[in-house]
Parts: sequence; structure tokens; C-alpha cells
Amino acid sequence: MSEEEATASGFEPKIIAFLCNWCSYAGADLAGVSRYQYPTNTRTVRVMCSSRVDPVLIIEMLIHGADGVLVGGCHLGDCHYITGNYYTEKKIKLAKKLIEKSGLNPNRLRLEWVSASEGERFSKVVEDFVNEVKTLGPSPVAGKNPDVDKLEGLFVAKNAARDFRLRSLVAREINLTEKGNVYDKTISQEEFDNLMDSAIDEEMARQKILLMTIDGPYSVLDIASQINLSPEIVLQHIVTLKDRGLVVVDRFDGVMPLYITPKEEVLR
Amino acid sequence: MAMEIKEPRIGVFVCHCGVNIGGFVDVPDVAEYAKTLPNVVHAENNLYTCADDGLTAIKNAIKEKNLTRVIVASCTPRTHAPLFMRICEEAGLNKYLFTFVNIREHCSWVHMKEQEKATAKSKDLIKMGVARAVLLEPQEEVKIDVRPSSLVIGGGIAGMTAALNLANQGFETHLIEKEPELGGFLRKLSTLYQTQESSAKAYEGLIKKVEANDKIQLYKNTTLKSLTGYIGKYDAVLNVNGEDKEIGVGTIIVATGADEYRPKGLYGLGEHDNIITLTDFEKMVKEDKVPADLKSVAFITCSGARGQDKEYCSRICCTVTVKNAMKVMEMASKGGDAEAKVEEASVDEKAVSDKEEEKAEEPEEEEGESRRRSRRDRRGRRGGRRRGAERGEERPKERGAAVDVTVFNRGITTYGIEQELLYNKSREQRVKFVRFVPENPPKVSMEDGKLTVSYYHETLKADRKMNPDLIILATPLTQRPDAQELSKMLKVPLGRDEFFLEAHVKLRPVDFATDGIFLCGTAHGPANITEAVAQAYGAASRASIPMSLGYVQAEAIVSYVDRERCSGCKSCEVVCPYGAIQFDEEGLAEVIVAACKGCGTCGSICPEKAITMTHYTDEQLTAEALAALEEVGT
Repeated sequence: MSEEEATASGFEPKIIAFLCNWCSYAGADLAGVSRYQYPTNTRTVRVMCSSRVDPVLIIEMLIHGADGVLVGGCHLGDCHYITGNYYTEKKIKLAKKLIEKSGLNPNRLRLEWVSASEGERFSKVVEDFVNEVKTLGPSPVAGKNPDVDKLEGLFVAKNAARDFRLRSLVAREINLTEKGNVYDKTISQEEFDNLMDSAIDEEMARQKILLMTIDGPYSVLDIASQINLSPEIVLQHIVTLKDRGLVVVDRFDGVMPLYITPKEEVLR
Repeated sequence: MAMEIKEPRIGVFVCHCGVNIGGFVDVPDVAEYAKTLPNVVHAENNLYTCADDGLTAIKNAIKEKNLTRVIVASCTPRTHAPLFMRICEEAGLNKYLFTFVNIREHCSWVHMKEQEKATAKSKDLIKMGVARAVLLEPQEEVKIDVRPSSLVIGGGIAGMTAALNLANQGFETHLIEKEPELGGFLRKLSTLYQTQESSAKAYEGLIKKVEANDKIQLYKNTTLKSLTGYIGKYDAVLNVNGEDKEIGVGTIIVATGADEYRPKGLYGLGEHDNIITLTDFEKMVKEDKVPADLKSVAFITCSGARGQDKEYCSRICCTVTVKNAMKVMEMASKGGDAEAKVEEASVDEKAVSDKEEEKAEEPEEEEGESRRRSRRDRRGRRGGRRRGAERGEERPKERGAAVDVTVFNRGITTYGIEQELLYNKSREQRVKFVRFVPENPPKVSMEDGKLTVSYYHETLKADRKMNPDLIILATPLTQRPDAQELSKMLKVPLGRDEFFLEAHVKLRPVDFATDGIFLCGTAHGPANITEAVAQAYGAASRASIPMSLGYVQAEAIVSYVDRERCSGCKSCEVVCPYGAIQFDEEGLAEVIVAACKGCGTCGSICPEKAITMTHYTDEQLTAEALAALEEVGT
């Protein structure tokens, strides 16, 4: 859909903007003081630092029908909290990957650095992002007839964003690739990205399995055919999940074990 | 953390801010809408919520309606939150139960042409505020110690004044100056207007006092290399003559001054020796190098300012121009006197009557001049001579006094009573003021080897030319090139004109938004000495408040670890910029509250979700944001 068509169809995207108190929010203030006009589509939530914005929070917004999410921080090297925004960058990177895996266009999430003195730039950023989201069209999971697959994908992504391993990796990305681990060893960015990608894939698969076993019980074969993975890989995941206590054997169908997520784990 | 058991009772105050919000958002409608939101028991609109009656309304409503949450929908929390939070506290409500909704900077001012949408957005923003307010909890603040010492950056008149003021209050003050000498911009100037004293007299006295004060540590040839810390505990590394020196202070004052804007090529600046700026001329006067035989001098005001290159008006150049125009007159009458003296006696009497006549005619002077000129042209030199001599522009030449001074201007703004009188005096002394419009400024060129100013005379409606010996451009003050770097180091903003930006243009003119850093002098924008000194006193006084108290109260926005959930994975320790996380003997994380600045980097990465950011919890942020996505209402 071209920009004009989007405007003509009257689609007004809903965009949640998480702005850091010290730079982007102040930049938005300056845009106001200087009367730079921009579209009315954003709704701002002020946070102290852009790194406060948890990937879970971002995906939650998309699940609830936000057409776009804008995260604004200080320029790199300029963060009020010294290094906060370097971690913002890593968190957004994870969130974008998860959004993509869930079937949505990752460009619905945008990270921008806007300083307190860049009022004009802030207005341009909003205008540009609104236009981009208009081009992308309404969120496939918003409205009365959401795309159920994608919505499920987002739920899976949100749960994956809560995962211990993914979060630990995000926290350590800078250390592992730049500063070195406890043995002073660094790994290349490429190695790290591969590691991260496979972790994301695995975690997404596990969360998909869990989404099924909550309503279980299901056999490995049931699960494998449902989520399009080979039974061997599903079995590996089931073993891991069993170790973590997230699935248990409910009963046997002949010799085939059927798995289910225990009620207390569902509540967690 | 106390739990609120009772249902929250929310009061919403929607501000018109005069026409700033009211002119673009239907404020009464927004307030009515607020009443329909859950838990809102009171909503009203105020002309100015930050004015006395608005504040009283908040206090009264807290008491009368038993409000347990207050929401103000007006401007930005960055400037006004402390005021409203204090009012809540005065009325007995924990100030962390206050919520700010920004419908001015983030709404009415940026959607001026979409008033319906702006109103709808305001409603959404308030709905979000209500969703957040319901989940707020009261917080207690901790005290942070403030070192009784200050760093003043810049040894010009503002910096020296501020440093002396702090030192005289007994605070250890570090004054750094990047040049080898103190004095700043004043060193370039000759005499100062109003007093007509030499500028040296103004700064030399101060320098002596600064150098003699044993509370002031003076560092010349010194710049700030790096800075870490926060109010009360700033650690700075100075570059003193190329060597590092570490100092620790509680507060910082920025007084880095400004440069004169020197636009190469504008009106031929830099292309001809006799095209100079005001400051060049000041220097000439100071060094006694003004050419003796000046017959005609032209000033051009607003050179490169007010939309030409820079957007702003530099405020002080009109008065400086007038001062220097008179200086040219004065020097010529002293220097080129041989002829003048001959006529002096006979002129005296006439001069008195001229003055009276001119005063009466003053408003029309230019027009008078034009009529005169055409009349004179018609009559020829003989017939018109008498009147021309009485009123006309050529009279000084006849008098022998020597110099013709023309000020090309876009309107003269010599603000201030004394300055206006100076302007009057300059007109009495026959400085000519010729107006031009920005679309058609005077043009400077070389014609037949002579400097030529071609201009359109707005009153005569005719193109004219003159051949001045000297052209003096009144260019604006402009930010120094290294300000960008300093602004990053201090984490304080520059404004649109690249001058340092104060926390609030009216209410906090010498504060920065960052606590513990203050601002004075021309680093903030063009100012005269009187203003720079007043700002310096202001900045010193503001800086002395936390230093004399010895503490500030830190905001209670910090992270908090739930030990039940913590697995001791140390992810939080890795990401914390302040080293504010330590581990107890069980290997579980603990937050050092005094060191925590509340950024939330740890909370949003904790793999166990064991860390909560007080006042910015996941629940609060989620609820606030999701409220904007609900279909109901707007």
C-alpha cells in the first residue's frame, strides 16, 4: 500500500512511544516548545531510561493491537545513565528478532536516538515512523478479526522474551563480544549472533510446545505435526522442558507418553 | 512499601495554560471526559493550574474529596512535576502518588492545526495517566550528601562573579579558564556603555579579587576533560596545561561565554581591511589604532542575525552599535579639530537652537531629511544652504567636525532606560539612522577603488550610494565551537540557537534540567554585563542551596530485588552502569540504594524477573501503555 493509499483509506495507526526522560522525552518537549508539528498518532509513555523498555513490554503492546512501537533514547555515548542505551540496543535487537519470528514485520518496532536538543528531529522521526507504519498497514492482530496464527506467534514470542537464557545472553552480549568473559575470552559478533539465533529458534519452539501442552496432553508426534518440526527435535525440547519441570507425563496412550504442563506452572 | 488497601480516589486537573492548551484542545470537554474514567472522583479545568488558584484547588480537593491520587494534565513533568509534587506533599499526599500528563509540549503545541485530534489525544493521555495512577505506591526518599565545593567553568565576568560569590559564602571553588588569562570576552572591548569606563577597569578589579581569594582554586589554560557522578558527588578530570588533574565537587556552574559570529564574505567581511566587526572596532579603539582621517563610517546592524544566518536577535548589538557610533563622532571631533576649532565659537549658539528644533522634529527626521534633500537639490546649494545647515546631514562637514556616521538598521532596540537615552543622545549628535528591510539589505562593493554601500532608502523610495571609509558590522554573539562536546560531557542540552538551554525559560532560568549544574553569562545567550553578572549571582545562589544544606533528597526511583525469585545469575551486575548491585553471602543480589539512579536497565533484563523498578514497575508501564490501545472512550 502506498503512502497516499494508506492515507486515503483513513488508516490512522496507533503507536506507543516509550521515551527516555532525559533525551527523547526532552526532545519531544523541545519539539513542542519550538512548535514543530507532527502527526497525532503517538501515545507517549515516559520511562527513566530507554533500557527500561523490556522486550516483553514491547511484544505486549503488539499483542494488544498497537500498529507500531517507538522506543526513544539518548544518542549512544550520550546516555544519562552512561551505558544504559547500549543495552537498549541489544534488547531491541532481541525484540525485533522475536517479532519477526512471530510473523509480524519487525519494522513495526523502531528504535531512535533523539537528544534533548533535537526537537525538530523528534518531529521528523514521528512523522517518518507514522508514514512507515501507514505503509505497513494495520497490525494483522488488531481489530475484530485478528490473524490467529500471528497472534499465537506473538504470545510465543512474549514467553520466549521471558526466557532465562535469552535474557542472560542479551545482558552479556557486550561483555562476550567486546570485553571478554571471566576467562578474558571474546567471541566474534557473528559467532554471538549465530548463538543467539539458534537460542531464539529453540526457545520459540519450546514456547510453542508449551502453548500446546497447557491444553494437553499431547504426544510428541501430535506436537511435531502441529508445529512443523521433526519428532526428534520436539523430543529433545520435551526432554529439556521436562528437566525444567515445565512438562510432565500425563498418561500413556498405549506405549506413547502424552505430555502436559502442570497447572502450577501454567499459573506462573 | 505500604499497600494501598482502599480504592484509589483520583482527582484530575486539566490546565488551559491560557491559550497554550486551551487554544487548541477543548479543555472543558477533556475534563468532563476525565470524570467518566474509573476511580476518578474529581475533575476540573483551570486557567493556570500552576498559578496560586490552581494550586489551591489541588490542595482543597485533596482535603475535601479525600483524593489519594492527583493527576495534572498540563505541561511537561521535566519542569513542573516538582511544583505539583510539593503541593501534594503540603496537602498530606505522598508525592509519588502524583501523575503528570503532558498535553502541552506533547499535544497542543505540536498538533495546532488538528484540534479535534489533539483533544482526542489529550483524552487518551489522561486515560493512560489514570491507568498508571491507580497502580502507584507511596515512596520514601533517601538523602544524598552534597560536597560543599563547586566547579565553575569559564573565567569571564560571569564565571569570576559566580566563583567569588561562592567562595565568599565559604565554599571551596574551582575556577577553570581555557585561556592563559582571566577576563573572557571583556578583554576585547574598549569602554562600556552607560559608565563609559574602560572594560579593563571592570575585569581587572575582579581578577585581583579572584586571585586573592584563598577559597578559589584557579586553573588557567585548563579545560574539562571528563565528568562522572551526580549532584553532590561530581568527579571531574581537568586538563591543566596538558596534564590531568582530578577534582571532586558537589555542584557545577557553566559560564563558558560566547564568540562573536564572523560570517566570512557577509557584506564583504574578510575581503577588505576596512570591513570589520563591532569587536574589531572595539579592539581598534582599545589599542588606539582607529584611522585618524575617517570621513565617513557605516554600521550595518543585524549582520547575519534575525533570519539572515542565525535565527535569533543578539539583543546587545544595537546598544553597542550606538555606543560605537558615538565613539566615532567623539574621536573625530577630538582628532580632526583644526578646522572645527575655527568654527566652534560661532557654531555654539546655533547648536543650541538646532537641538531644540531637532527634538521637536525628531520622529520625522528621515523624512525631513529627504524633503530637505530634494528641496536643496531644487534650489541649488545657495538658496537651501541656511536650512540645510540647520537641519541637514551635511552640516557636520561644514562644521569641520569631520565625520559622517550612518547606521543601517532594521529597527534599533536599545532596551533599557539608560540605553534609550544613549540612543537619543546619538541622534542629537547627528548619527544618521537609515532603515532597511530584510528582503533588501544594503550591498557592499568596491567601485572605482572605493568602498561603496548601495542601499534602498525606504523613505525616499530611491536607490542611494555612499562611500564610507570604514564599514562596521554588528554581528550576533554565537555559541563557541566546543560547546557541543561540553554539553555531552555534562549531559545538559543546547537549544535551537546552540546556546545552553535552561531547565525552564521563565521559572528556572539559571538551572539546567540536570540536578546540580547551573548556567550563567553568554553561554546561555547574548547578554550584557549587567545581565551576565545578575545571572552569575543567581547561579551561585542556586548552587549554594544544596551545598549549604549538605544534602539533597534523591528521588525514590530505584530498583528492588525480590530475593525469593533471584537466582544469583549476576546479569544485573553486568548491565548496571553504577555498580549499584552487590551480592550477599547467599549469592543473591542486593541494590545499593544511594548508588542506584533508577534507570531500570537491570529490571528489564533480569532473567528471573526478580527486579522491580519502583515507580516504573512493569505493571504500571503496561497498564499506562495499554490504556492507549483500548477502543473505548475516544
